[in-house]
Formats: sequence, structure tokens, C-alpha cells
Amino acid sequence: MDWQLLISQLLNGLQLGMLLFLLAAGLTLIFGIMDFINLSHGSFYMIGAFVCATLVERTGSLIASVVIAVVIVFGVGLLVERFVARKLYAHDHLDQVLVTFGLILIFDTLAHLIWGAAGMTIPLPAWLNGQIDIAGVIIPGYRVLIISAGLAVVVGLFFLVTRSRLGMLIRAGASNRTMVTALGVNIDRLYLVVFALGAALAGFAGMLIAPITEASIGMGNEIIIVAFVVVIVGGIGSIKGAFVSAILIGFIDTLGRSYLDDLLSLFLATRYAETAAPALSAMTIYILMASVLAFRPQGLFPPASSMR
Amino acid sequence: MKPSAPRRVSWGVYGTLFLFLLAAPPVLVWADQPFYMDLLTRVLILSIAASSLNLILGYGGMISLGHAAFVGLGAYSVAIPSYYGIYSGYLHLGIAIAACVLFALVTGAICLRTRGVYFIMITLAFAQMLYFTFVSLEEYGADDGLLIYQRSEFSGLLNLENPGVLYYLAMGVLAGCLGLMNRLIHSRFGRVIVGIRHNEPRMQSLGYNTYRYKLACYAISGAMAGISGFLLGNFTYFISPEMMDWTRSGELIFMVVLGGTGVLLAPVAGTAVFLLLEEILSAFTVYWHLLFGGFLIAIVLFGRGGLHGLVEKLERRNHSR
Amino acid sequence: MVYCYNKPFSINVWGWCPGIFGNIRKRVRIRSICHNPESVAVMKFPKAILWAASLTMFQATALADTVKIGFITTLTTPAAVIGEDMQNAVNLAVSHLGGKMAGKDIEVIFEDDGFKPEIGKQKADKLVKKDDVDFVTGFIWSHVLLASSKTVLDSGKFLISSNAGPSQLAGKNCHANFFSTSWQNDQTPMAMGEVLNQDGLKSIYVMAPNYAAGKDMVAGVESVFKGEVVGKDLTKWGKDRQLDFSAELAKAKASGAQALFVFYPGSAGGAFITQYQQAGLKDVLPLYTVFTVDSLSLPKLQSTNTEGVLGSKSTMFWGPDLDNPVNRKFVEDFRAVHGNYPSFYAAQSYDTIMLINSAVTATGGDLEDRDALRAALKKADYDSVRGRYSYGNNHMPIQNFYLREVVADDDGNWTTRIVRTVFENHQDPYAAECPN
Repeated sequence: MDWQLLISQLLNGLQLGMLLFLLAAGLTLIFGIMDFINLSHGSFYMIGAFVCATLVERTGSLIASVVIAVVIVFGVGLLVERFVARKLYAHDHLDQVLVTFGLILIFDTLAHLIWGAAGMTIPLPAWLNGQIDIAGVIIPGYRVLIISAGLAVVVGLFFLVTRSRLGMLIRAGASNRTMVTALGVNIDRLYLVVFALGAALAGFAGMLIAPITEASIGMGNEIIIVAFVVVIVGGIGSIKGAFVSAILIGFIDTLGRSYLDDLLSLFLATRYAETAAPALSAMTIYILMASVLAFRPQGLFPPASSMR
Repeated sequence: MKPSAPRRVSWGVYGTLFLFLLAAPPVLVWADQPFYMDLLTRVLILSIAASSLNLILGYGGMISLGHAAFVGLGAYSVAIPSYYGIYSGYLHLGIAIAACVLFALVTGAICLRTRGVYFIMITLAFAQMLYFTFVSLEEYGADDGLLIYQRSEFSGLLNLENPGVLYYLAMGVLAGCLGLMNRLIHSRFGRVIVGIRHNEPRMQSLGYNTYRYKLACYAISGAMAGISGFLLGNFTYFISPEMMDWTRSGELIFMVVLGGTGVLLAPVAGTAVFLLLEEILSAFTVYWHLLFGGFLIAIVLFGRGGLHGLVEKLERRNHSR
Repeated sequence: MVYCYNKPFSINVWGWCPGIFGNIRKRVRIRSICHNPESVAVMKFPKAILWAASLTMFQATALADTVKIGFITTLTTPAAVIGEDMQNAVNLAVSHLGGKMAGKDIEVIFEDDGFKPEIGKQKADKLVKKDDVDFVTGFIWSHVLLASSKTVLDSGKFLISSNAGPSQLAGKNCHANFFSTSWQNDQTPMAMGEVLNQDGLKSIYVMAPNYAAGKDMVAGVESVFKGEVVGKDLTKWGKDRQLDFSAELAKAKASGAQALFVFYPGSAGGAFITQYQQAGLKDVLPLYTVFTVDSLSLPKLQSTNTEGVLGSKSTMFWGPDLDNPVNRKFVEDFRAVHGNYPSFYAAQSYDTIMLINSAVTATGGDLEDRDALRAALKKADYDSVRGRYSYGNNHMPIQNFYLREVVADDDGNWTTRIVRTVFENHQDPYAAECPN
């Protein structure tokens, strides 16, 4: 066993987990509070990446661009909530799936029209482009930044949810929506803020990944399905659940990709193992979700006193 | 105004559609337009899949985001035996139905323990598992898919290589499936299924084992989708795992909703309009998804009841004048 | 007024009414390319529809005074960056020909495969059955070409690949009416295997996407490389392809290989190089690529100053600096219109049109005499951007392969430079399996 490889793979898994959490956090809140299935949540991920890349190109400053881009994606979230999502809260899940599927098509095509097919890269400043040596394990410095930025958001989000008035409403909304409305809270405004907050988090995730994989059309469409798995496994409406299952799924996916082909080639011809391994490691995520749903349909950490 | 009046008129609309589909092949052969013949064949085949989804979605209230898995399974039931040089259509069809019923029973047994959004997600999970299973099968082309060099043989009875024969076979199968569904819906079984959609605890307290009814319904729907997959594999001469992707399942849902959920014939109209629109819009610009997405949203937000609801509304207005 | 129809809006804004019904739009398009916009009649809506409908529905045979070429490529998804480059090259070729082949108008119908084999096949069906084209060309992706091949070849039309070169169509399933203006998939990596041998490397790590061409590329390099392949990763490809290679790069680094061989076409190539640099592998694992570092990825890599790519080696049948008059004109005119260097995809697409032109000219514009056309195509009697080449029994080019290195040109733009010839007149290894 190569311990250095294992450690760097664990760090890679942690990084994927952080990205998944940033996506799933908004998704689970929107899901839990508004009972709204937003397939187009991945579009905010893409928009964040493209907007940030454009700003970096114009301003040259990564940090300023990220800040402005988060605000812009927050604004896009406000618009989508106000003009599309709000009309759908009263509809059933079927309609929500279809409309947000339509939104994906629209956002992807708009991105193609605005930014072109080539995609955009975000150049990293020199201080982020180096490698870091942690006890003999050398990993790209930028990946450490992703993990730390993710952790910072986790801490911030926990404080927001557990200590602030908004957080109190969010928790109340996730566990019993009707009651919050009955208490005279301006529910429209709460929904608006939660939706836009979720969008901004997803956009931030897109900005974090863009320097590695580039901003490209439809980049959110695959990861959003995995983020849904995270939400379901963690329990709809639970931030804690989303965090735990995001990290879990990040590890499963990364470790599966790294070790499954060696494992499979023990009892399969190498040629078949090479093809089967990546597919099987992608499948493990869905096996996990199906087993959670079969044995614990409310997810691992359902929000307290969820009545739905 | 009697509520039954507009419905009778709607039958007129569907009757016209039926006559159009029946008469199309000779006309298209005469006009030498094999492409439009292909388009209509595709409409018929996918109508079977959409109708089967309508059975569980429209009547049973089970929103499955994994229905394309059955279609793919049916198509692979043609492709894999053909890969080994076995072209018997009876065998292909048998495998397609058996595989789909088995897959439906095994996954349904687990999926149907959940409901609502959890059902959507777990059906998606099983479809993705099947998708990745076929992606991992190097022998059967993996991601690249499998070419089917020859259509299924029905020893002397049917020659599927003839596009007209395949067309009328698809039409016959569609009619058969719709007839079967019609019988089912109006039987005691169908009333229980619809009752479960409206209020499952009430049906349980009436003494019905709702789980078994739903499972049976799920398996029947899966088998029908498998038959449509069998036809699709024969029709396209090609199958790839892409055909089981969740976006394909989403398209099937849209065909049903576009036509009108819970109306026997509506998914046929929905499928026809969906495919025609796709054809027309994609010829118009590569950015056609923009318009298509807008259309999708407009239909859901403003066109409740889909095309069927729209026609009904128009006719009611004409009627009351 | 000059209309440039590869700019999406200029065509759609004024050409859309007839366009709904298919054929007519393309005729309008092509006239614009012939620099003859005055002939375009902009009709009012209802009349146009009636006209278009009556013409398309009952138009039994194609207009005999046009050469119809269907071109299937990827125009949506991020891979559209390749498709657009090919489209640009085709348009350039058509305008170099003055819009005519042997006195007949050229009509190119572009179709988008959406990066999916079954969509590509549907489009091939449409081109064959509805548009009744004379040649079906294009095809970036091997799996799209394989899925579409049966439809086209069964109909008796010519199938010309402008990029994909799957082993199946070169070997057992080769066909009299199938031609390629690119290469068989294995050839370029075989040249790379030879380069690895010449560089004296004993062990390599291999990474490629998991689809038909990816497997061919790996097979190609393995068949020639004499050292050991210590590790191999085939990653998820297609619409939801994997773009984060952190796990794989960590494995590659830990494997102790002396060099890294990769194949990541299109924008995935740029993402790969970026991560290769971030992982600090430049000095540990020298990079050898095929179809990964090209003029689509280099400007972006330069804009982010990803210096890890400079000096990396790749093999190719062509290069923008290849010195012959046709190539000089092609590269100059392409750069004059689009700014960047043409990619190899563009070069092959340009050659596709020129190859067709050579055959159509040879038969004096007779498109019905398929045997004469086939014989003319097989001669490859035209000046390709790669210079002259010939066709083997399987109709794959027998051509030179060069080692290229990434350098900055005189203006400071990053591009590739040919270092030396690796193979001369190389034929693919599957030709022997082809019964033709």
C-alpha cells in the first residue's frame, strides 16, 4: 500500500466533497423549505464559473472577481426565484422537474451564445499555482485552498443557521413550513433569500472548480445529479446531513476511481477491468442512495420533527 | 353543458390522428419521402414508451425518472443476441419482456416502499445503475454502443427490414398496448390503481394490498416500455447506453405531460408534437434548445392538462357559443 | 452586404422563415457563401412557408446542378469548439473554390451530433433520406462515425471521415465507399510510440478517455513502445465527461513512470494540461500527447500562462508550419479571418472538401457515376495541406507523421513546430484485415 498516494487521494476526495457540499447546501434548503425540486441548480454553478472567468479577464484580480461574481449570481438567483420558481411552489414535483429541466436548456444555450463553446479558464496567481508539501505528500496548493474555502463556508453556514434570525427561520421552515407561515413571517422574502443564497453557494463552487476544469457549457448538469444524491442521502432539508454525505460521497467516488480497477483486475481480465472500473465507481453512489432510501427513507440526518 | 360532450369531440381529434397515421406510409412512399416515414415510425415507437409511462405516472401517480432504462433494456435485448448471431425475433421479444418484468419487479419492490420525491430519486438511482452497468460492459461496446446489423427475424411472418412492415407493426403494438391499458383502467385493477393515487391509506383501509397492486402496475408498464425498446433497437440499428440516460427519462415524462397526464391517447399526441418540434426547431438553429426550453416552461406554467386540456378547452368554448 | 453564415445570428435573423422547412435554408446559406447575396430573395412569411413546404415535401430528386455535401460535427456542448473550427475550414475551402465544383454550386449542410452517437446516426439518416446528399462527411468522434456508417454505406453514398478513424472501418468492416482525409486512430500514437523509443524511455503512464478512439490510441502506442506501460487510466467520456484528473494524476506520479502519454481531444486537453501543471509534474513526468495540444487549446493555455505545455511533444500528420504552397495559403487565409491558427481538425476538413472537388472535377461533375467517382477519390489527386499522400486498400491515407514541439512563434503566439519526420508513408496496421 502506497500511503502517500492514499493520503493525496483522500485529500482529492475531501475536495470533491467540499464542492458537492456547496452545491447540496442550497439544494437541500430549497428542497426542504420550499419543497421545490430545482434541477437547474447546476446552472448557477456554471454561471458562477463563467461570470468569474469574465471578470478575471477584465479586472485581473481573482479575489475581487470572486466577490463580485458571488453577488451577481446571488442576483441571478433572485431573478429566477421571483419570475420562475415562485410560480411553481404550488405545483407538484412533476411540473417542477419539467420547468427546471427547461431552465437548464435555456441557461446552457445562453452560455453558448454569450461565452462561446470554447469555455473559459481562470488563470491562477503565482501564489496559488505552487505545490504544498505536507509530510512528504506533495499536492497542488490550489486544492488546499478549495478545501479551506469549503470549510470556511461550512463554518459560516453553521453559524448562520444556528445563531442568526434568518437561520432560525430556515430551521423552522425546514422542519415545519406551515407553522412558519402561520406565525406571520414574510414567507415570500424568506424564500427569496434562501433561493438566492443557495444559488450564490453553487456559483461559488463553480468559481472554485473553474481554474482546474475550466468553465464550460453544461458543466453543472452531471454534478447536480450527484448533489441530489447527496441531499437525499443526507436527509432533505438538513445542512448537517448534506455535509456528512457530501464528504462521504466525495471519498467513495475518488477512492473508487483510484482503486477499483486494481481490485477488479484481481478477478477480471485487465481489458475489461479498465472499462468497468470507472463505471462501477460511478454506480456505487447510486447504490448508496438506493440502499439509504430502502432502509432509511428519510435520509441519514432528517431535520428534527419533519412532518412531511 | 354536459361534461361528456367535449370528450366525444376529442375522440374526433384522436380519430383524425389515427387515420392520418394509418394512411401516411402509402402517401410517403408515393412522394418518396423515407425520412418522414422514419420520423413517424419513431413517433409510434416512442408513443408506446410514453403511454406505458402514462400508466404509472398518469393513472398510478408514480413519477418515475428512470423509465428510459426499460426502453434501453428492450433495445439491448435485440442488440446482444444479434451480436452473437441470433436473430430470432421471438427470442428477442421474449428476452425484452422477461428482462423488463424482472427489472421492474426487483427495483419496483424497493422503489415502491418510498413515495413522492423519494420515488423520483430512487427510480433515477436504479436507472443510473443500469446505465453504468452497460457503460462498463466492454464486450457490448460500452459507451460506444452496439450496431445491430440485421433486424429481428420473424421466420417468414414479418420482414422488419421493410420500413412499411416495421411501421405497421409499431402501430399495431401501440394499438394493442392502448387497448390493453384501456381494459386495465376500466377493470377493478385499474380503479384500485387510480384510487391509490387519490388516497392510498383509504385503499389500504378498504383491505387492498396497495403495494402489490402498484408493483403489478409497475411491471406491466415496464414490459410495455421494453417492447417499445425492442422496436426502437430494430428501428435504429443501434443502441448505446445514452438511451437510458436520465435526460431520456425526462423527455419521456415531458411527452406524457405535453399530451396530458392520465388520458389514454394523449401521450401519442404529446410524443408526435415533441418529436416534430425537435425536428423543426433543430433545423432552424443550433441554439434550438433555447426555444425548446421556453416551450417546456410555457406548457407547464400556462397549459395545464397539456395538449389534451388545450383541445378540450377550445372545444368547450366552441360548444358554449 | 456580405453574409457570413457560420455566425449563427446573421443567418437566422433573415433566413429563418424558409429555414423551418429544411432544405431551402441551406440553399440560401450557400448562395451567401458564393458572395452573391443579391440573389437571395427575402420573402414574406406565409408565402415563404407555402413555397418551402411545397418544395420540400414533394421534391423527389435533388437539384442536379448542385454538389450536396452533408457535414456532421458537434455544434453544441463544449465540444462545439472543435465543430466550429471544422465549419470555418469547410467554409474557407468552399470560398477558395469560388463556391463551385466542376461548374456546379456547392451546397454544404451542417448537422449537429450533440456529441451522441444516436443523434449523429439520426442526422446521417436525415442527410441520406431527406436531403439526398452526395457525400456524408465530417465526424469528429469514432463512436458517432461507427453508429452512422451503416446508414450511409447501405444507401450507396460516399462516407468521408474528416477526423475519426476507428480501427473497425479500417480493418474488417472497411468499405469501398468509405474514405478518410485524416488518419487511422492507431497511426498517430504509433508514431508517438516510436518517439518514446527514440527518447530512450523505459516506462510510461497512459491516460485517455474511455471510448472507441481512446482505446485505439492506447493500443497504438502500446504496439510500438518497447518499454513498460506501468499504469493506465481510461476516464469517463461523453456528454458528462470527467474533467478533474486529480486522482489519476496522483496515481501517475506514484507509479514511478518516466513519462506520461495522454490523449484528451478538444477542451478536455486544456483542462488536463492545466492540472498537469498545477500538480507540478512538468519536471517529474515529461508530457507526450496526441491530439491534445492543438491550436484550440494553446491560445487558452497561453492566456493563463500555463508554461507546463511549452516543450511538450506530440505527433501529427500535419502542422501549421508544414512548408508547402497549399498549406501556407490555408493557414494564412484562416488566420486572416479567425485570428488563431487552424487546428488539425480544420486542416482535415479543408482537405475533405478539396478531395471531393478533385473527384467531382475528374468526373466532369457527373455525380451519378459512382464507380468513376470512387476511382477518382481513391487517386487522392489533389494538393493536400499535408502535401501529396495516397490511399491504401482500406482508403486510409498512407502519409508521413511528424514529431512536433510546442514553441512560441515570431509574434510570441504559442504554436507547434515540426521537429522531424518520424514515419514516412506510413500505413495503418489494420489494412491487412481489409478484404478489399
